[in-house]
Amino acid sequence: MVDVMSFTDEQCQFDAIIEAEEKIEPRDWMPEKYRLNLVRQMSQHAHSEVVGQLPEGNWIGRAPTLRRKAILLAKVQDEAGHGLYLYSAAETLGVSREEMMNDLLIGKAKYASIFNYPTLTWADVGAIGWLVDGAAIVNQISLCRTSYGPYARAMVKICKEESFHMRQGYEIMQVLAEGAAAQKAMAQDALNRWWWPTLMMFGPHDSESANSQQSMKWKIKRQSNDELRQKFVDQTVKQADHLGLAIPDQDLKWNEERGHYDFGPIDWEEFARVVKGGGLCNDARLEARRKANNEGQWVKDALMAYAEKHSRSDVDQVA
Amino acid sequence: MLKGHFPLWEVFVRGRRGLDHKHIGSLHASDADQAMKSARDTYTRRQEGVSIWVVRAEDIHASQFENDASFFDPAEDKVYRHPTFYEVPEELKL
Repeated sequence: MVDVMSFTDEQCQFDAIIEAEEKIEPRDWMPEKYRLNLVRQMSQHAHSEVVGQLPEGNWIGRAPTLRRKAILLAKVQDEAGHGLYLYSAAETLGVSREEMMNDLLIGKAKYASIFNYPTLTWADVGAIGWLVDGAAIVNQISLCRTSYGPYARAMVKICKEESFHMRQGYEIMQVLAEGAAAQKAMAQDALNRWWWPTLMMFGPHDSESANSQQSMKWKIKRQSNDELRQKFVDQTVKQADHLGLAIPDQDLKWNEERGHYDFGPIDWEEFARVVKGGGLCNDARLEARRKANNEGQWVKDALMAYAEKHSRSDVDQVA
Repeated sequence: MLKGHFPLWEVFVRGRRGLDHKHIGSLHASDADQAMKSARDTYTRRQEGVSIWVVRAEDIHASQFENDASFFDPAEDKVYRHPTFYEVPEELKL
């Protein structure tokens, strides 16, 4: 049966814009599910940037040189900025900043599960830049063509800044891999621990991902989880070879016929466990966000009180 | 505005001399001073600008999408406003 309701003028106009590869903008009519889908994806993305500051922030005070410390500070500051771009883009969909922050703090909203793994050694900072930011770039380049204008524009800005993140990470790995045996072992250990969680960042297999089908139709997502994951594996193998490090996957090998690397099965049980809160750092991450929120409240209150007093005295002067 | 919540500001940045200010995003801040500092930190970490405007979002009046068609309609049938409407000798390169 034909769904008569879906053939309204507004729906037709919306479909035509999507079909023509044009962007949907904030004041346009859009299906409620499109809006909700975007709010979910964009706020999760923003939360990931914000929580993503924590594993690396852990090493700012212990960076091995002043150069590394300055770089890491700049990178972590970028992540905060990326969170802000994304929150403000999400707000154009009618959801408030407070609502989104609150959902994160009460544990209702999700963020990239990868940040629930601990950063045990300095090599982890390298591995995060190289692998986690490398994977994020693959995903975000694809999202530069997303159908919602403010999201696409935020992605373009973020992608421009993100490539330094990956390069500084790779450089850390290079220095360690070319260093003493213990340093190289540290780099290998970091690769061993971050490789599989990085592959999980792209999300469930296409066959298991119901959300993703609809997102592709609306052109919110432009490439499937499996396509993006494959792209990341293909580009990363030679980077690992160059470092002289071994990717921890015995099934990893070039498939001439497909023109891609084959790789082993992903442990989706681990993925599900960490998403549900069972990762090593889930509690610590949220606690850190709550602490920052609570301890920063007096600053916000003071700024607001100052602004209110100031605007009153302006009025008094005019009178 | 909700009490205790920072109002929304839209941020415009002039990339370099000779260019217009261009909308780059938005942020929340208690007043214009704070908005300006936050705009600098959020949107110009890599010398992306030589000048910033911050404007309270509530002070911006926007055309409504529902009226777009009729609002912009009059421009559509006045093709004689475009140079390509006129047939002139090509060799003169007017």
